[in-house]
Amino acid sequence: MERKRKTIRYAFQASLPIMAGYIVLGIGFGILLQNAGYSWLYAVVMSIAIYAGSMQYVAVELLAGGASLAAAALMTFFVNIRHLFYGISMLEPYKNTGLKKPYLIFALTDETFLLVCTPNIPGDIDRNGYYFFISLFNQIYWVIGCVSGALLGNIIPFDTTGVDFVMTALFVVIFLEQWESVGKIAKKAAPKNESTDSAAQNTAKSLALRIKNGIITHIPAVTGLAASFLCLLIFGDEDFLIPSMVLISAVLLAARGRLERGEMHD
Amino acid sequence: MTETIHSFLLIAIIAAVTASIRFMPFVVFRKDAPRVIIYLGKVLPHAIMGMLLVYCLKGISIFTGAHGIPEFISIAFVVAVHKWRHNTLLSLIGGTAIYMLLVQLVF
Repeated sequence: MERKRKTIRYAFQASLPIMAGYIVLGIGFGILLQNAGYSWLYAVVMSIAIYAGSMQYVAVELLAGGASLAAAALMTFFVNIRHLFYGISMLEPYKNTGLKKPYLIFALTDETFLLVCTPNIPGDIDRNGYYFFISLFNQIYWVIGCVSGALLGNIIPFDTTGVDFVMTALFVVIFLEQWESVGKIAKKAAPKNESTDSAAQNTAKSLALRIKNGIITHIPAVTGLAASFLCLLIFGDEDFLIPSMVLISAVLLAARGRLERGEMHD
Repeated sequence: MTETIHSFLLIAIIAAVTASIRFMPFVVFRKDAPRVIIYLGKVLPHAIMGMLLVYCLKGISIFTGAHGIPEFISIAFVVAVHKWRHNTLLSLIGGTAIYMLLVQLVF
């Protein structure tokens, strides 16, 4: 019981940034929906059944424009195909999650993925419980945001332009956290020096090794940034996600030997 | 009435496609996943974060409007504050506040 309480509290604290982001983004969606002439009941149904941030924004346009079902299916596929990566990343962590598993998979949004992909969970926290409560809390924030936006969207008294930057800021923070966590592993992995070398040689050697390890361990992060940016330049902002995913996978597969060798130390 | 039905069908199909994408890896690899997939699962989280960052910033046009300056300043702020304090909420609230001030008042 004590462990469960601790887990819930830990998950809640970890989810606070998403609370801010989801309520803001949800309200944005709700206002859009209300302006398109749909009742708040649509916000309830959509935030529970679809539960995908950017796709719901697109969905409002599809609804208002009376899109065909085939067009909507295709659009959804292209907007959400990036979620394939999340599933692949969570195959192992979600392996033994039992009855929680279907909901964990259903609720694996961008933001939930942020919190479950590389968490530093303390030993006294139940890992599966953490996954579950993160997923649940996030969806609750999302539903609250969407519905309140649809109900009272246009009476927000201050200018909220730019408030959605909170999500970008969150991605930056997680990127940094991940960057530093693999950096630590690389430092630990640098082997102890042989005592026969002189001190100066040692430092030079270990520095070179550290730099080399650093470069290797940061390959995934740099690949993600560089490949996506390159594809954005080539394919434009509408179509760059799928080429990015292909390019990222190709580079990471090509670097597999190096990266797996580096990993043996951890 | 037919419009309402069509709306609900649209919502249903969007929900179904979204869920299918999320479930697909788990269904395809429900037994033991090949080692190469497990490898991808380990390295992808780091790459995805970079991709999502670019995804967030894709709307910026360097040559028109504010030239991405508010984004650049705010992200630099988030990086600096986060390196300094390692306090997620502080980095987020500070960065967002600065961004809002910049886009609302300066640019």
